[in-house]
Formats: sequence, C-alpha cells, structure tokens
Amino acid sequence: MDFSILTTEILLALLGLAVLILGLVLPGKGRKFVNALALGGMALVLLYLILNFSREAGLFNGVYQVDAYGNYFKLLFLMAGLLVILMGARYIDGFKEKSNEFYGLMIFATLGMMLMVAAGEFITLYVGLELMTISFYILTAYLKSDKLSGEAGLKYLILGATSSAILLFGISLLYASMGSTNFIEIGASFGSSAAVIAGVLMVIAGFAFKISVVPFHMWTPDIYQGAPIPITTYLSVASKAAGFAALLRVFMLAVDPNAVFNWGLLLAVLAAITIVVGNLIALAQRDVKRLLAYSSIAQAGYILVGATAANSYGLKGVLFYAMIYVFANVGAFAVATAVEVDSGRTDIEAFAGLSKRSPLMAAIMTICMLSLAGIPPMAGFAGKFYLFAGAIQAGYLWLALLGLVMSMVSVYYYLGVSKAMYIGENMDEAPLTPGWGSTAALWVCVLATLILGVYPGPLSELAGYAIQIFM
Amino acid sequence: MIGLPHYLLLGSIVFCIGVFGVLTRRNAVAVLMSVELMLNAVNINFIAANKYIAPDTAVGQLFSVFVIVVAAAEIAVGLALVISVYRQRRTVDLHDFNLLKW
Repeated sequence: MDFSILTTEILLALLGLAVLILGLVLPGKGRKFVNALALGGMALVLLYLILNFSREAGLFNGVYQVDAYGNYFKLLFLMAGLLVILMGARYIDGFKEKSNEFYGLMIFATLGMMLMVAAGEFITLYVGLELMTISFYILTAYLKSDKLSGEAGLKYLILGATSSAILLFGISLLYASMGSTNFIEIGASFGSSAAVIAGVLMVIAGFAFKISVVPFHMWTPDIYQGAPIPITTYLSVASKAAGFAALLRVFMLAVDPNAVFNWGLLLAVLAAITIVVGNLIALAQRDVKRLLAYSSIAQAGYILVGATAANSYGLKGVLFYAMIYVFANVGAFAVATAVEVDSGRTDIEAFAGLSKRSPLMAAIMTICMLSLAGIPPMAGFAGKFYLFAGAIQAGYLWLALLGLVMSMVSVYYYLGVSKAMYIGENMDEAPLTPGWGSTAALWVCVLATLILGVYPGPLSELAGYAIQIFM
Repeated sequence: MIGLPHYLLLGSIVFCIGVFGVLTRRNAVAVLMSVELMLNAVNINFIAANKYIAPDTAVGQLFSVFVIVVAAAEIAVGLALVISVYRQRRTVDLHDFNLLKW
C-alpha cells in the first residue's frame, strides 16, 4: 500500500491539527503566527498539489481515487480557501472570538471537500461530505455574540442533517438493490426496481440541497446572510463545487442514464426552475449578501445545465465554470467584506458612492458582476458558452435559450449595484482602503476573470483533460 | 418467513416517522432527535441488506458504524449550537427564529 499518493491530504490534515493545537497552547502574541501558518501552509499544500498534478492511482481497491478530475477540484478548493483567507483577514481579526480555530476549521472543511471529490464509493463520500458540512455548521455559527450567526448556524444544522439523512437513505436503497457501495460496481449491475428509482431520487435530493438547487434552496439566503462573510464566500464557491464534483462522479459512474427513467430530463427541469427562480427573486433583493445568495442559486442552475448535457462540452463547461465562478464570486464578496468592515452594513445603500471612495473596488465589483452575468470579454461568457453549447449538442435547445434569456435578466440586478456605486450619493466620503490581503485577493480575482475571458484555452484544456475519466 | 422487504419496510416506516418529527416539532432538541431516528432507519436498511444481499462482505455493517460515528459528531455540534443559541435568546423554539427571512 503506497500511502505517498495521499500526501496532499495528509499534509492538509496535519496543518489543520497544528493550527488548532498551536492556537490553544501559544500565548496571545503567538496567535498572529498561527494565522500566518494557516495561510502559508495552505499555499505550500497548493504548490505541492500543482507539482504532483498528473499523479493518478487508486487506493484500497478503488475506495479512494487520485486522478486528474479530483486533482482539478482539489486545486479549486485550495485556491478558493487561500483567496478567502486573504480577503477575510481583516474581517476575521475583528472577531471577539479567538480566530485560530476559525482557520483550523476552514482547513478541515477543505480536507472534507478533497475526500468527497476523490471518493470512489459511498462510505468515503459520506465521511468527506460530513467532515465538510460539520465544519461549516460551526463556522456559520462562529460569532457567538451575533444573533444572526447563531440562528443561521442552527438552521443550517437542522436542514443539513436532514438532507444528509435523506441522501443516506437513498444510498442504503441502492446498496440493498445492488449489494455494493462502489460506484463502478453499482453502475455495472444497475437494476430497474422501484427501490433503485427511489434511491437515485433521494441521492439527487441530497446533493441538490448541497448545491442549492430549487426546490431545495430555502436554506441558502438565510445562511449566506447570517454567516460571517468569508464563510459565505467559501460556502458559495467551494462547497458548491464539491457538491457538483461528487454528484457528477456518482452520476457518470454509478447511474445508467437510460435505465428506467430519463434522468437527464429530470435534471434539465431542475436546472430550468433553479435558473428562473434564482434570478427572479434576486431582482427584489436590497441586501447585497442576499442578492449574491440568490445569484449563486441561479449560477448553480447554469452549472447544472452542463451536468444535464453530460457530453464532453457540458462536462468541460461544469469544470471551467466552477473555476471562474470562484474568481468572480470571491472578487464580489471581497468588496462586500471591505464595505461591511467599514460600515457594518451590506445593504445596497452602503455601496452608494463607492466609486469616489475607492475607484479600484468599484471597478472590480463591476467587472466581477459582469462576469457573473456572462458579458464578454469577461470569463463568465466563455464558461456559459461551453455550458450552453453542451446543452444544445445534447438536444436541450430550450434549456440553453432559457439560460440566455435569464442571463440577460440577471444583468439588471448586477448593474443595480454598479448604479449605486457610480451614481449614488453617500454621506460618508472618506476614502475606503482595503487591507493588503484584500487588495491581493482583489487583483488575483480581477486579473483571472479578465485573462480567462480573453484567453480561456489553457484552463479549458485542463478541464478537458480532467474529464477524460468519464469518456 | 421474514425477508429483506420486511426490513426495508420497517426502515421506511422509521424514516417517515423521523421526517414527520422534523417537519412538525417546534423544539430544536426534538428535531435533532427526529434526525437521529432517520439515521437509525438507514442503519436498519444497511444491516438487513448486508445479511440478505451481500453476506460475504461486511460493507453494510461497516457503513452503519460510520453512520453512527458521524451522527454522534453531528449531534455533539448540534447540541452545542442549541446551547449557544439558548444563551442568546432564552428559547429553543424554532418558531422564534425568524430574524432571517425575505
């Protein structure tokens, strides 16, 4: 047994333990050091992963799969984690609570996502999923003195635990029908009994909750509004990507697409409802955190379009879009964080006049939001192109058209924020300067959004390479 | 003769009782107990399926052990959250948690 193929995961687990323990034993002055250790350690793990990107191996009879598909998503989680820590540093320093446990839990959430995307069977998938969600329950409720944070944490816990139980019941029905928890073995003997249909439906419901697909999206706005902003950001980009990655692996390997039931059509209908509901409710939002929450529901719908198509274009689109969504969303949330640190509010009025107080942040917010809306030359356009091209190729022309129309609708609410920033007046005219961490994160996000929009080739090739395991 | 369908039926009934509890209970602790009931229904399914479908491996039993362990972790965090919220609000009635809504 060659454990060296697990080095990335082992390093991250050690880092998480080190951050937790050192934070406990070091005196007050050492806390800054621990926070720097979390940031530096994650950067080193990311570097290690990039250097060993092409490593492929199965462990324990295919229980754990290290392959390009998993590595692509691990790269995404680590990058998102680093950006979130960078942009949230000043916000996290302002906590009344100790901050090093916050970093430790974030690292464990990342580890859970990594286990989830590399799982080759359901037990590993479940353990990874729970490591991720239980860390997120605590992180959501981290601000003990804040009523909203506590309420959001409790709601997330109850709904999350229920959805996990539904997912598990689905898995147990699949096991009772096929006698295995391994994805490939399930796919090889995929039956057509009522238990299998019920099982797959419950698995879809469980995952749909994690990626906030309508009608399982009710928790999203509440939790996104109540949680500390860095956690909202991390939930919206990384937890969602992890859900999609695991869903795709289960569906591509374990579920026979033509057996019993047209699963593709079911996913297409879910995607369509998600896009419409997410965008329409976002139109009415006055709080930027809630607006971004509903926009992230709509974005989940777009990504689901690619998963529905399940051809090379669509799958490539899912991976590509998940990555550029990280940059666009973290950029937008980084500006929202800076505004909240400054004024303590996140309603649209708090953004008024931002173009005078900080022209850089106003410009970056606008660019990121246009990318989310899918306007060329931003990266969002290239991503949506792949997703919708895949849908058209798979015969879902109506879905692609609906996606295009709703993207146009979304421009309205995205530009509503820009309008406030550029035309609105604010009593407070003092210049607003983000910390060095936020500035660095903002530049990375905006440059990646622009460069990947003009020159999507390399990333799309990487995504194409990663989906080879399904072809 | 008792077979796998009987156990799956029992599992489904216990699961439905759990879902009913989650949807109707107002007390946060009672809701967490109902979630436990759902997870135990899953365990019944796994153990029975292990015996009747794949008796030569212990995957189903192993899965239920994992479910029990993870459920314990989840409940530990859950009760801690309930206590933390109780200290803020002096209530654990879910109907009173209405600060966040559109």
